[in-house]
Amino acid sequence: MAKNKVGIEIPEEIKGYRSGFKGYAGAFETEATGTTKVKKIRTSKPGQSKLLSSLEEAIKKSGLEDGMTISFHHHLRNGDFVLNKVMKVIAEMGIKDLTVAASSLTKAHEPLLGHIRNGVVSGLETSGLRGQIAEEMSRNAIMDKPIIFRSHGARARAIEAGELAIDVAFIAAPTCDPMGNMNGREGENAFGSMGYPQSDAEHANCVIAVTDNIQPFPLQTISIPMTNVDYVVEIDKIGDPSKIATGATRITSNPKDLFIAEQAAKVLIASGEIKEGFSFQAGSGGPSLAVCKFMREYMLENKITGSFSSGGVVQVGVDFLEEGLFKTLLDVQTFDGGAAASLLRNSNHVEMSATMYANPHNKGCVAHQLDVMILSATEIDTNFNINSLTASTGMIMGAIGGAQDTAAGAGLTVVVAPSMRGRLPIVMDKVTNVVTPGDTIDILVTERGVCVNPRRTDLIEKFEAAGIELKDIVALKEEVESFTGKPTKNEYTDKIVGVIEYRDGTVIDVIRQIKTKKA
Amino acid sequence: MEIRKLRRTMLFCPATNPTMYIDAQMYKPDCILFDLEDAVRYDEKDAARDLLAEAIKTLNFGNIEVFARINPLYTEFGAEDVKVLVPAGLRRMRLPMCEKVEQVIELDKLLTEVEREHGIEEGSCQIQCSLETPLGVWNALEIATASPRVTTISFGAEDYTRLLGVDRTKDASELQFARQKIANAASIAKVDAIDTVWADFKDIDGFVNEVKYARQIGFAGKSCIHPSQVGQVHDVFTPNLEDVEKSLVIIEAAEKAGIEKGGVVQVNGKMVDIPVIEKARRIVGLAKAAGLIK
Repeated sequence: MAKNKVGIEIPEEIKGYRSGFKGYAGAFETEATGTTKVKKIRTSKPGQSKLLSSLEEAIKKSGLEDGMTISFHHHLRNGDFVLNKVMKVIAEMGIKDLTVAASSLTKAHEPLLGHIRNGVVSGLETSGLRGQIAEEMSRNAIMDKPIIFRSHGARARAIEAGELAIDVAFIAAPTCDPMGNMNGREGENAFGSMGYPQSDAEHANCVIAVTDNIQPFPLQTISIPMTNVDYVVEIDKIGDPSKIATGATRITSNPKDLFIAEQAAKVLIASGEIKEGFSFQAGSGGPSLAVCKFMREYMLENKITGSFSSGGVVQVGVDFLEEGLFKTLLDVQTFDGGAAASLLRNSNHVEMSATMYANPHNKGCVAHQLDVMILSATEIDTNFNINSLTASTGMIMGAIGGAQDTAAGAGLTVVVAPSMRGRLPIVMDKVTNVVTPGDTIDILVTERGVCVNPRRTDLIEKFEAAGIELKDIVALKEEVESFTGKPTKNEYTDKIVGVIEYRDGTVIDVIRQIKTKKA
Repeated sequence: MEIRKLRRTMLFCPATNPTMYIDAQMYKPDCILFDLEDAVRYDEKDAARDLLAEAIKTLNFGNIEVFARINPLYTEFGAEDVKVLVPAGLRRMRLPMCEKVEQVIELDKLLTEVEREHGIEEGSCQIQCSLETPLGVWNALEIATASPRVTTISFGAEDYTRLLGVDRTKDASELQFARQKIANAASIAKVDAIDTVWADFKDIDGFVNEVKYARQIGFAGKSCIHPSQVGQVHDVFTPNLEDVEKSLVIIEAAEKAGIEKGGVVQVNGKMVDIPVIEKARRIVGLAKAAGLIK
C-alpha cells in the first residue's frame, strides 16, 4: 500500500476494480499513453430503418448479454424516466450482472436498488450518488465491485480511453428523427444541452436513442448525429423536465450564504481577475451561485464584459449573457427551464460535450481556459483538499461533478462554504474523502474568514494590499472547533465500496464501508 | 477627540436560535438585540432566557454591544429576565412597550437591586426604552430623561400604527410626528434614537430611502430585521471620504485660528463658525468610529 500525492494510502489491487491503476500524483503529473478506443465498423444501406417498436426489441438487437456495461445520461436529473424503464425491461429479459455507467445518478433512480439486489446490476460508475443505494452501499456493501466515481471530464476521458467500455448506450432524446439525429433542446420534454452522452454515442458499441418525440428526417438541430446511432425507440414519456431544477439552481436568500458570497466577490475583485475578457464558472449551490449577484454589480459599474461563462447553466448565467456581461455561454448541462429556452433561441448560448468541457486527455478543453472558478464543498481540510462526495459519517451523499476538472483548469479556484453546518465543522484536519486535491485550490471563503493556500504567495500580497483580512486555515479550523468540539472519527471496515478517480484516471481516494456499531 | 460608540445598526435575533448567537457577529452590526419578547413563543420563554444567559457567559462578542429585548415587567417573565441575565453578564436591555416614566423607574430599581445582590457596579446596566405606543411617543422626553441608565430610545412603528388606528404605509407619513418627536427628545436627553424596523427586507430601495430619512431627521441608527440590512444601513450612516476630508480641514483651520470658543475663520472661501466646526467634529467622530480613518 503506497501513499498518493494527497497522503491517502491506496492498495495496489482493489477487488472488482481494474488492475494496474496508479495513485494520484499531481494534477498534471500523470501522462496519458496509448490510443483512444477503436470501435467496430458498422455499415448502413439505403432503405434501412432504425425505428424499433419496443425497448425489448432494441435491447435484443443490441446484443446485450450478461456482464456487459450499459450507459445513461442524467440531463433529466430527478425527472428522468428512461433509466428505470430500460432497467425494468432488461430485468424482465433475465439479463444479469450488468454495470450501469451513468453520467450521474439521482434519487429518481432508486429502483436500481432492486436490480442490484436481484443481481441484474453488479456495478455502478457515476459522478454522484445519493439516497438509498448510497446508504446500502456505504453501510452494507451490497455490491462486490466498488462504485467508480469520476468527474464529468474524467468520464469522457475514460470512455475515450476504453477504461469505461460501453456496450450499449441508452440516450434519452426529447427530439429525434427516424435515423437517430437528436437534440435535447426541442420537444415537450426538452432539457437543453445534450453534453454528457456525446462520448457515449461516439464510442459505445451500440447506441439506442430513446425518445418521445419523433420528428421527420432530417432534424435541423443536431447534437448527436445519426452516424453514431444504431436504433431509435419511441416510448410514451422520457421524463418530467419540471423536476430538473432544484433549489440549488437559484440564488439563495440565506443570509449566511449571501454574506459568504459577498466576501468571495470582494476577494475576486481584489485578485484583479474580474477584468475585461475574463472567463468564469460557478458551481450550483448556496453561496457559489450567489457570488454572481455581487460580481454583476461590480461588472456593470466598471463596464466589464467577460469572454465566457461555462458549466452547468442556470437562469443566472442566461441573465449575464443577455445583459451583455459575458459574450458566450458554454453549456454542458442545462439546469432550468429559463436556460433551456435560452439555448433554443440564443446563438451565443452554445452547447458543448463533456469532453470539450473538461476532458484533460484531448487536444483542449474549456475547463483549462477558465480564469475563475467558484466551487462549493461539503468538507475542506487544512491542506485545502475538498470533499463533495461523502458526509462526515462516511455516507456517500454527493457528487464530483466538474469540481476536479475546473479546479485544475482555472487560474483562480475559490471555494465558498460555511465553516460549519449545524453542529458539524466543515473545516477540519482531514476530510472524510479527498475528491478535489488541495493543490488545485487557491482560496477558501467562509463566513469566519478568508484563507489563501500558502502556495499562492502572489495572492496573499494582493489581498494584503487591498486590505482584505486573511486567516490561517489552521486558525480557522481551531476557531470552528471551539464552537463544535472536535468530532470523533468514524470507523470503517477494510471493504472498499467506492473508488474515487482523479480526472486523469489515477486513484485519489477510496471509500470504505462504514463499520456498524454493535448495540 | 472622543470617539463616540456607534449605534448605526441594531440587529434583531430571536433568542431561541442557537445558530444566530454565533453567526450574528459576522455581519458586524454595531449592536445585536436578542429578542425574548415577540419572537419567542410563550412556552419557550424560559428556554430562550437560559440559552441567552449561557451564550452571554460563553461567547465573546468583541466590540458589538449586546442588548436583550426583555419581556415587559408587567408580564410574568420580565423581572425574571433581568434577574437571570444581568448576573450572566448582560448590561444592556430594551424595555418594550415603554409608555411612562414609572416603568423606567421600576426597571431602574430592579436593576439596582440585582446589581447590589451580585456585586455588579451600580448603574452599569443600561436601558433602551422602546416607544411603541402613542402615549410612549408623547412621553418621549420624560422617558429619555427618567434615569441615567437610559442611553437609547427606540421607535416601534407596528404597535404605534395599530394603536393609532392607521395603516403603515411605505411613504410613512403616519410616522412623521412620532419620528421627529423621538429624534428631538433623544437630542435633548443626549441619548441615541434608534428607528423602527423595515420588514420587507427584499425592498432594498425602500429600506435605504427610509434609513436616509431617519439619519436626516436625527436618528443614530436603525433596527434591522435581516442581516443583509446591516451593510445597507452602515453605508448610509457612514460619512463619505470627501466629507470627512473637508471636515478634517475645517477642524484643523479652527484649531489654528483658535476660534473653538467663538469667532469665524474662512476655509476654502466659506465662513466657518462654531456650528460648522461642531458638525465637522461629528462627521470625523463617525468616520473614526466606523474605522474609516484612524
